[in-house]
Amino acid sequence: MTVAAAPPSAPLDRLSDLFWRRPRILLALLLAPPLLWLGIVYLGALFALLAQSFFSIDEFSGVIDRSFTLKTYAELLRPANLDIIVRTVLMAAAVSLASIAIAFPIAYFAARHARGRWKAAFYLCVMLPLWSSYLVKIYAWKMILAKEGIVSWAAAGLHLGWLLDGILGLPVIGGPSLSISYIGTFLVFVYVWLPFMILPMQAALERVPATLLEASADLGAGAGQTFRHVILPLAIPGIVAGSIFTFSLTLGDYIVPQIIGNSANFIGMAVYQQQGTAGNIPLAAAFAVVPIVIMMAYLWFAKRMGAFDAL
Amino acid sequence: MACAVEFERVARHFGEVRAVDGVDLAIPEGAFFAMLGPSGSGKTTCLRLISGFDQPTAGHIRIFGEAVEGVPPNRRSVNTVFQDYALFPHLDVRDNVAYGPMVRGVPKAERHRAAEEMLALVKLSGYGDRKPGQLSGGQRQRVALARALVNRPRVLLLDEPLGALDLKLREAMQDELKALQTRLGITFVFVTHDQGEALSMADTVAVFTEGRIAQVGTPSEIYERPRTRFVADFVGSSNVLPPEVAARFGAGPAWASLRPEALRLTAPGGAIEGRVTATRYLGAGTRVGIDIGGVELTALTPAGSPVPAPGERVGLAWAPEALHLMEPGQ
Repeated sequence: MTVAAAPPSAPLDRLSDLFWRRPRILLALLLAPPLLWLGIVYLGALFALLAQSFFSIDEFSGVIDRSFTLKTYAELLRPANLDIIVRTVLMAAAVSLASIAIAFPIAYFAARHARGRWKAAFYLCVMLPLWSSYLVKIYAWKMILAKEGIVSWAAAGLHLGWLLDGILGLPVIGGPSLSISYIGTFLVFVYVWLPFMILPMQAALERVPATLLEASADLGAGAGQTFRHVILPLAIPGIVAGSIFTFSLTLGDYIVPQIIGNSANFIGMAVYQQQGTAGNIPLAAAFAVVPIVIMMAYLWFAKRMGAFDAL
Repeated sequence: MACAVEFERVARHFGEVRAVDGVDLAIPEGAFFAMLGPSGSGKTTCLRLISGFDQPTAGHIRIFGEAVEGVPPNRRSVNTVFQDYALFPHLDVRDNVAYGPMVRGVPKAERHRAAEEMLALVKLSGYGDRKPGQLSGGQRQRVALARALVNRPRVLLLDEPLGALDLKLREAMQDELKALQTRLGITFVFVTHDQGEALSMADTVAVFTEGRIAQVGTPSEIYERPRTRFVADFVGSSNVLPPEVAARFGAGPAWASLRPEALRLTAPGGAIEGRVTATRYLGAGTRVGIDIGGVELTALTPAGSPVPAPGERVGLAWAPEALHLMEPGQ
């Protein structure tokens, strides 16, 4: 016999042979832990949360009534709560749009022009802010944006104090100082979530072959037309992915608006207060469902608009 | 005849690398012009200089008499069929073809009609709704062709247009491209490393090597009267005879080329004889390697004639006019 090699001796060899004969066993073994985690810990917790939102709380005793009701959702639509939702969604949309505008040139440069060492420098610069504590960064921003902070100081030094005052004097988004206004909250949100927009955008732009841009120019398109008809449509999956991050992170955050801003309530803060201070877990759960529904609607809309056609 | 494309001492250097090194070229209007050469010979760079994706380091390029220095690709009356086709993956076939008219502001109905016409021309009627990802390689090639032709270019550039297709399809497309060019009368300039493709399709061939043009001529001139050893060797594996061997064949002394099909095998004896080293059956004939004392020659015997066995001694006969003397040097 020259065909068969040495018979398997060690148990590991036999195991390896078994996996070769039955690849599905290996697949099952590899997938079981993550699926268990996803199925039980993650989705289980999510469904428990969803279920809570259909319970209600007795306003006098504070006892949770575990029978199905839509009362809590009705409460969500009260003007005070609706205000919170609208404010948060507007902030998340503004943060996402600003992130797209700022991230695009950076991602485009990294994807199309940066090579070798420049590329490494790009990744370092984008990731570096993520390495330091989120709280430290936010408190640093509070100092930067405060009335006696570096922004006011620089504006005064450049004789642009009138501009800063003008911006702070704007209705609704202005305030006594940048750190106590919607503008401040917005700036800090854009700062902390920007890397989550740049990276998927860069990945999407990197997948656009250079010959497509040449083909577009060859067919008579100017730079603006190539951008509108080729680059943008092909970058949209990346933009959508990035905006899912910036949008949902803003929808759920409760720390930034607590430290920087005019102490107006956001969804994250409402969840925190309802379940921590007020003990109204059903309402907290109902608040938590809002971002999920909004994100699902957003994805459905993006798919309908053909955002993923190029995938 | 008017010149579609003219190169005047054109060079394109990438740092130390001289991709194109002093090329003079005149492509007549209506020609089917092939740029033939091995990879790295500068032929693709020349094509990119015409399309405007690259700028010459030195020299001048004129398209229909107009200098094109500083004219961006989108303002040149040339269109390109890319090697990888470069179809837009997010647009369907119709919108891919209608892309050129769309960026020029042609209304939707009109440009879609033009696209359908072009798709019919390349025999893809009814494929307008598909995405490029749903097409085969040959179909994508046709879409790329239609997308370029819909703009009515004065010069069509084709970069290795058939490189990604299998043999059967390649031969069919060769015939079709040739027919299309004759019918439209547009100047076609195509780049290829396949000498068979260049010889069968083009009416003029420029052979490139190391950033320069080794020879320009009709396919039969290039094939039968190669100017240099490189051309003889690259265009159809000719027997290249060093001067002293050429002298034994009664020519020279100079470098000479002798096509394998011009060598006939005879019985031993005569002016030159040799020993058969190997035979290779090709279907339409058999390629026979013959050692004539230090030099190995190749003869192509037609199908049906007797094939000698390796080791056998054979004589060689040839028509004197088939022996072509070349210029010295590479």
